[in-house]
Amino acid sequence: MTEPAAPLAPRVSFVAREDRPAPSRGWMPWRAKDRRRVNMGSSAVGDRIYKVAIALCASTVPLLVVLITVALGIAAWPAISEIGISLVTSSVWDVGARKFGAAPALYGTVISSAVALVIATPLAIGVAVFLSEFAPRWLRQPVAFLVDLLAAIPSVVYGLWGIFVLLPIMREHVMPFLRDDLHLGATPFFSGPAYGPSMLAAGVILAIMALPYISAVSREVLLAVPRSQREAALALGATRWEMIRDAVLPFARSGIVGGIILGLGRALGETMAVTMVIGNRPDISASLFAPGYTMASLIANEFSEATGDLHLSALMAVGAMLFAITLIVNAIARWLVWQVGRGARA
Amino acid sequence: MRIIPGAALLLTILACGKEQPRTSADSQVASSGGSVDLTGAGATFPYPLYSKWFSDYAAKTGVRINYQSIGSGGGIRQLSEETVDFGATDGPMTDEEMKRAKGGPIMHIPTVLGADAIIYNLPGVASGLKLTPDVLADIFLGRITKWNDPRIVTLNPGVRLPATDLLVVHRSDGSGTTYIFTDYLTSVSNAWKAGPGKGKEVRWPVGLGAKGNEGVAGQIKQTPGSIGYAELAYAKQNALSMAAIRNSSGEFITPSVATVTAAAAGAASSLPANTDYRISIVNPPGAGAYPISSFTWLLVYERQKDSVKARKLVDFLNWALTEGEAQAATLDYAPIPETMAANLKARIATIAVAPTR
Repeated sequence: MTEPAAPLAPRVSFVAREDRPAPSRGWMPWRAKDRRRVNMGSSAVGDRIYKVAIALCASTVPLLVVLITVALGIAAWPAISEIGISLVTSSVWDVGARKFGAAPALYGTVISSAVALVIATPLAIGVAVFLSEFAPRWLRQPVAFLVDLLAAIPSVVYGLWGIFVLLPIMREHVMPFLRDDLHLGATPFFSGPAYGPSMLAAGVILAIMALPYISAVSREVLLAVPRSQREAALALGATRWEMIRDAVLPFARSGIVGGIILGLGRALGETMAVTMVIGNRPDISASLFAPGYTMASLIANEFSEATGDLHLSALMAVGAMLFAITLIVNAIARWLVWQVGRGARA
Repeated sequence: MRIIPGAALLLTILACGKEQPRTSADSQVASSGGSVDLTGAGATFPYPLYSKWFSDYAAKTGVRINYQSIGSGGGIRQLSEETVDFGATDGPMTDEEMKRAKGGPIMHIPTVLGADAIIYNLPGVASGLKLTPDVLADIFLGRITKWNDPRIVTLNPGVRLPATDLLVVHRSDGSGTTYIFTDYLTSVSNAWKAGPGKGKEVRWPVGLGAKGNEGVAGQIKQTPGSIGYAELAYAKQNALSMAAIRNSSGEFITPSVATVTAAAAGAASSLPANTDYRISIVNPPGAGAYPISSFTWLLVYERQKDSVKARKLVDFLNWALTEGEAQAATLDYAPIPETMAANLKARIATIAVAPTR
């Protein structure tokens, strides 16, 4: 996904790769040395062993996916056959009454991730553009390092921070501001009491967690845009902003979309931090102020204490649904990256 | 899964290094050297006490017990599959669960008592809030929504109750703490019994779900007007405001080790002789008894397959019910009454080794 997008014209691309600001990283000499070594040391037996070993490594990944799918399917089957479609359509999750409807969790997973992307995407692209186009050289590395550091914080730490810092801020400042000062309370999306734990809080936490992924990928992609591309735009009389908007961003489009999808993947599967701030209420509400639930937090909350066979199986079915959603999102992402890449070439 | 025995082994080896040479009161164990003698899994709520028990017991007898606090549900599952030697749970097993156990009938052995404190955050009312069972049930049913509801006001003369909204906070994860609380509400309120009922997770009519005692406590500490429940030891150690609840004798009782012990005494006095100890002791009779309390149990098979392990298990259980009980109060657990402990020991003596099939 970090591969730079196809260039506008093949010739430009050739030149671009030549004058990429890479020598400072020292990759060219290294590469040349490496090539020489491979040519000298190869032998038929060594090659074959190498090939088999690599093939084995490569096959473990698809094998794992197949194994996970099969295991989930087998474990989820009793619930799927007994509960059927109401697993997806019903909103009643009542363990005692053996009713398992995961619609609120499904809804919550999608909405919280969507909120996260709405918040994180502009921020992350802003960070990436600043770092690749505007920031003085001495500032680039420290800021990039700090942004990347966000990705290294364990999610339970985000959750605790959410409980003790984010939720009070949301309850006392952000939510009243949105509802009363901006008069958004008139819309169903920002109405109701502001307790703190809510779909909005979950979205904000997820946005912070997804941001480093989107911005790191976007930054790399923007840095890979050839300098000639920028120079050409400036030579035509573009301002700096026009240059970024018309020459740099379109060039990097498919890579940025890839980064967004990576962030979405992070948001969909996040469990601990979301569980701690979303309010864990299996209801579907239009208001982002209302507490909600996600599939991952449902599983995390109930799995360790589940004893009934149907309950366990229903949780497995929810896991299978989450897996399916992730697969679909990834498929859409592939298609989007491909589509956007083709669009840029045309 | 595979890592756990390895880690246990490693720990044992480390422990071996430090330990004094054993005067073998238990020669069978000493000969086998480093391995873990008994494994158990289950409830997290009594874990602080159990881990102290296991380490004291190992120091005293050399018998090592590896316990994983994976939750009551996991404990029941693992015991049913016979992957552990004993289980532990905060809610008794249902008949259906008992039937599924692969190793035959399971014996429930109460070890200590725990209680749920009703915790709240009401500015200006740091302590002394009084509630009756029906008011408590109606708060959690969503029928009482304001702090200055007339029914709360009449119970608390002289307390200035604000006109703010009540925010109910409950556990989102399945837990024995929830089981105790919903068991209590079920026993005192018909509406609750007909509605959410009792269980380790129920369908809450109102409120927010928070994960773990710390999640509930954190939410309540920060939100003025909130009310919820947490395990007594946790609430006490974190100095949360606790409400006094009216018991069956009409007294308002604040939870403490003493009032929970009184509850156990009240419950034990009314036990039938042939009880299997799968009993609920919420709302017990007796003066000074705190009503929202429960036993926590160890689970063992009545017919054991391995005579060496069975011996060690029985010895440990007897130790736990005598010397172990004495340590309970220091960790904010209420010990079980002495007469009951004596009856339990007689029951433990009936654990037999099944003939090999």
